Amino acid sequence: MQTKRVTFRHVWLPYLLCLPQLAVTLVFFIWPAAEAIIESFYRTNAFGTSMQFVAFENFQRLFNDPSYFASMRVSVIFAVSTTVLAMTLSLLFAAVSDRIIRGTNAYRTFLIWPYAVAPAVAGVLWLFLFNPSIGIATYALELLGIDFNATIYPNSAMALIIIAAAWKQISYNFLFFLAGLQAIPNSVYEAAAIDGAGPVKRFFTIVLPLLSPTTFFLLVVNMVYAFFETFAVIHATTQGGPGQATSILVYRVWKDGFVGLDLGGSAAQSVVLMALVATFTVIQFRYIERQVEY
Amino acid sequence: MKSFALAAVASVAFAGTASAQTEITWWHAMGGALGEKVEEIAKGFNESQSDYKINAVYKGGYAETMTAAVAAFRANQQPHIVQVFEVGTATMMAADGAIYPVYQMMEDAGEPFDQSAYLPSVISYYVNDDNQLLSMPFNSSTPIVYYNVDLLEKAGVDTSEMPKTWDELAAVAKQVVDSGAAECGFTTTWQSWIQLENQAAWHDVAFASANDGYAGTDVELLINDGVPLRHIENMAEWAKDGTFKYGGRQSSGNPMFFSGECAITMGSSAGRAGVMSNMPDTKIAYGMLPYYDDVQGAPQNSIIGGATLWVLQGHEQPEYKGVAEFFSYLSSPEVQADWHQFTGYLPITNAAYELSKEQGYYEKNPGAELPIKQMTLNDPTVNSRGLRLGNFVQIRDVINEELENVWSGQATPKEALDQAVARGNDLLNQFDASN
Repeated sequence: MQTKRVTFRHVWLPYLLCLPQLAVTLVFFIWPAAEAIIESFYRTNAFGTSMQFVAFENFQRLFNDPSYFASMRVSVIFAVSTTVLAMTLSLLFAAVSDRIIRGTNAYRTFLIWPYAVAPAVAGVLWLFLFNPSIGIATYALELLGIDFNATIYPNSAMALIIIAAAWKQISYNFLFFLAGLQAIPNSVYEAAAIDGAGPVKRFFTIVLPLLSPTTFFLLVVNMVYAFFETFAVIHATTQGGPGQATSILVYRVWKDGFVGLDLGGSAAQSVVLMALVATFTVIQFRYIERQVEY
Repeated sequence: MKSFALAAVASVAFAGTASAQTEITWWHAMGGALGEKVEEIAKGFNESQSDYKINAVYKGGYAETMTAAVAAFRANQQPHIVQVFEVGTATMMAADGAIYPVYQMMEDAGEPFDQSAYLPSVISYYVNDDNQLLSMPFNSSTPIVYYNVDLLEKAGVDTSEMPKTWDELAAVAKQVVDSGAAECGFTTTWQSWIQLENQAAWHDVAFASANDGYAGTDVELLINDGVPLRHIENMAEWAKDGTFKYGGRQSSGNPMFFSGECAITMGSSAGRAGVMSNMPDTKIAYGMLPYYDDVQGAPQNSIIGGATLWVLQGHEQPEYKGVAEFFSYLSSPEVQADWHQFTGYLPITNAAYELSKEQGYYEKNPGAELPIKQMTLNDPTVNSRGLRLGNFVQIRDVINEELENVWSGQATPKEALDQAVARGNDLLNQFDASN
């Protein structure tokens, strides 16, 4: 098969067309990333009036700090739980709402609604519901004999931020799953049904494999969301506590850099984070994507 | 054409008069009603003279405001005045080329300035080794105890006199829980500030070496022994049966007191208005912080929290003259007394305190004078002047985290405080090395 090939008459035109994207990448990624790498080798005071080259000391300090590894563990638990919860629930909602006949739009609108809520607001909302003394959800749990207190118990705090973060992400996932479901032709279902496959079997043998591109895409997006975009949820609710039970990596970067004004240490954390993201992305695309059938 | 030229000339002339007024920028961290009051102060100053114009800009919380000022300084866009919380003091002090010490600025500007007019316990937090004032005190408060008298009476506690010692307070709190009057006896806000920093000063024991950091930057924390350890051990014990219940960082424990879940809370004296507006029908009593009566020197005096105004370098001298005039205006008895009475923050000058007395403010508002008395109970010692620790913001977080491990039962008080000292010392070493 012969591929259609577009040729530009001018040599500079393709460069010109790429320029906006390149400029954006340069200004918002390459430049700050380079600054972070440089900064991570220095120890500066808050106002930048003294600046010393300390080579790898910031990294050494980081890797000698047991709480940094604890923070990594917390991040992984949080990201995996949030992703699993947000994806399973949204898939369930999508599958159910796909079969609704009356009032489809109303249901879908309500399911998409939380996406419009700012993360900090989502955090505060759940914080109110789970407030240890005035929260209605805590009150209900108390009636069931569960002592839920996110200011004292690490597990409660973790549950709180997972719920808040996942709730916020369900809408987004829901949209993609719904679109994915609707793209599966009815004839496939019918053929399977005629062959005697029940609804559960049809779901696991037909729907899931055909949804795998969507699932893979959402997996990447959700992990990135949980790792990097949940800052506001945590800041508005637990602030990393109690102890360091909910202090995920990104929250630490912010806290050490912007509250503690330890720019070198914070930059070193950013560099480590950058390396982690690069590794994960490679792993995801090389090994997991192979399982995906497009 | 001619009229156009005339208009142009007129507008230039007009712009000329406008720019003759020197503009001064003030970044502050006071939101809500406090922010409106700040605007009012700026407006009052602007109307009191015509040479300078103060622009008060709200920059978010304390941490955000400080970070914004640091970033602005690095970009050479700094404001003239920035409000910095007390834990940022050491960081600001160490920033030699960045700050303009207040005593020096007042001197350079030829503005009369009498440091002895200010309350010693307030300015002792912000002076250098030679007792010279580095930043202008603005909003200062000190922790006190709030009692829900209705709940205490329900528990059968004699409320004619409030507890003075920790033993008495713990007994009252326990009685509240045992009698079923409330679920929890007492709670606290700002645990590091109230239960460790202030308890150390109140018992005249050191919080950190090198005179609580006043003598240099080579400092170590001293909180894993003696009074601090004993107190946290007691708190952990009290947490077991509800005599004490932890309510979260900063002031997030307040709802527990407002809702009647806890009968007693410890909080900033500036929170008095908030307590009254949240509990209009409840009888509230106020008390000084409790102490251990077998510790020699207790009670000494409590230390402050809050913020001061720092002047940043990098502007023209005439502009600093405006800043100096503004500081004089801000410290005037009328402005100070009004700010003190409206906000519940402490008056920073003796004159403002006297004026408030004359106006009968303390008679009309029981409990409002107590924090001043507690803070000025004795002349400050080396242990009760204040704390000057580098990376203090992070150290407070470390203390928060480690204490939370005690409240959740994951660490013993000794383990947690040892850990807090180790992590805190690491931060102090960092600060020492970078300055």
